[in-house]
Amino acid sequence: MTTEILIAGFGGQGVLFAGKFLAYKGLIENKQVSWLPSYGPEMRGGTANCSVILSDEPVGSPIVSKPYILMAMNLPSLDKYEKDVLPGGLIFVDSTLIERKVTRSDVKVFYIPSTALAAEIGAPTLANMIMTGKVIKECDGISSENLEAALGKVVSARHADLKDINLKALQTGMDYAG
Amino acid sequence: MSEKVLMKGNEAIAEAAIRAGCRHYFGYPITPQTELAAYMSKRMPKIGGVFLQAESEISAINMVYGVAGSGKRVMTSSSSPGVSLKQEGISYIAGSDLPALIVNVQRGGPGLGGIQPSQSDYFQATKGGGHGDYHLIVLTPASVQEMADLTSLAFDLADKYRVPAMLLADGTTGQMMEPVELPEEKTVSVDKPWAVTGTGMKRKHNIINSLYLQPDELEKMNFERFERYKLIEENEVRYESYLTEDADIVVVAFGIAARVSKNAVNEARRQGIKAGLVRPITVWPFPKKALADLSKTAKGFISVELSMGQMIDDVRLAINCSRPVALCNRAGGMIPSPDEVLDSIKKMQEGI
Repeated sequence: MTTEILIAGFGGQGVLFAGKFLAYKGLIENKQVSWLPSYGPEMRGGTANCSVILSDEPVGSPIVSKPYILMAMNLPSLDKYEKDVLPGGLIFVDSTLIERKVTRSDVKVFYIPSTALAAEIGAPTLANMIMTGKVIKECDGISSENLEAALGKVVSARHADLKDINLKALQTGMDYAG
Repeated sequence: MSEKVLMKGNEAIAEAAIRAGCRHYFGYPITPQTELAAYMSKRMPKIGGVFLQAESEISAINMVYGVAGSGKRVMTSSSSPGVSLKQEGISYIAGSDLPALIVNVQRGGPGLGGIQPSQSDYFQATKGGGHGDYHLIVLTPASVQEMADLTSLAFDLADKYRVPAMLLADGTTGQMMEPVELPEEKTVSVDKPWAVTGTGMKRKHNIINSLYLQPDELEKMNFERFERYKLIEENEVRYESYLTEDADIVVVAFGIAARVSKNAVNEARRQGIKAGLVRPITVWPFPKKALADLSKTAKGFISVELSMGQMIDDVRLAINCSRPVALCNRAGGMIPSPDEVLDSIKKMQEGI
């Protein structure tokens, strides 16, 4: 089984971090993984995206051009990538920042007010992890195990105190019934 | 077996170089290889090594020339425009028969070009980017694991044959993260009696030089060097063959283009087309014999490249133009999709 994920949003929303978390979680679970960032002249407020592949077989091309999962953290990302999602795929939309609905009918869509939920739990920068929590909940190919272990790999030792709030954000996403 | 870690390709090169005994790094920042220099700047001071950000690429390569003359493992890294600046120094290093590693994490060109991945420095790397008759051993990693493994191998081969080696990567393999099992730290003890290390008043001094004003002497140096190149061509060709045994159509691609092509070959097989892939791991020496052998059974070849078509010349030469060779390419930082490669395979299937 191969799960191809595209995470897209503004620079600063933690798009690359969420991807790293999922990749490390895959690695811990002995999956073959790849993580490929866009690396244009991006900066905070610009656009950023990353391709993550989790697979039971060696990963071929690391470029995700037809994602099974699209995590759209802002409107330009949804506009750009909605058409690329595989039929039967999953689209996760940050409904705080994206007002429009997904127009396609051959995909499953989840609207999560990630940015608003993040503010509610006192972690305004963790909308990314709330959405990631929802992805973990809804995607059969991604287990809800090893969350702490994976966080341990991506949260640097210097910021170890932030592990708990990241975990809380993941849990908030997993618990969100929308 | 050491634990697998997730690393960027650029970082894997740096760590593998350190583990291969490299303690001297000279460079100048440029996207998309800067993580390599950044990693070196963090690690080298902690292990008694040298990290030096030179004032330019030209300066960095000449520092490499100097350390190489002392017999120590040494490297530099850059991306396409920066590697162009290094060409004079690379020619001098080759002309002085010194081992060294040059890493090129390619981006689109010509000129300043862009910062997205490319393979358009193939000619420069394999045909001698600087002046004079010389070759580099050119290795082309297609995964983060190979970024590490081939770095280690490049140092060994450079020492063994006294030639500079190049790791010809691209922006994608440099920037992507994959699990990598890093090679064990090794203690290198290659005998280098030619190195300039001080005579201790016990022997005649060594001279590192590429200047030979007597033409017969210079000719002799060139002939001797090409004897070594011949040995390299006989012994160091490396490539991966994938589903080629019964293949009608053989795709030839290296680096990221090979990763994309593998997807396309798999899809072609699912659709009943007998496609296969040859992935050169060394592009100099080029796997000529492997392709020549396949030309006896295959009906056509496709060269997939992130350039306007450079390796395709070597494919044609390897098979003596005995079969049609098509080009499937993108340029300027664009990467062909598996679908584009598949279309190219189907088109050839219809034509043969």
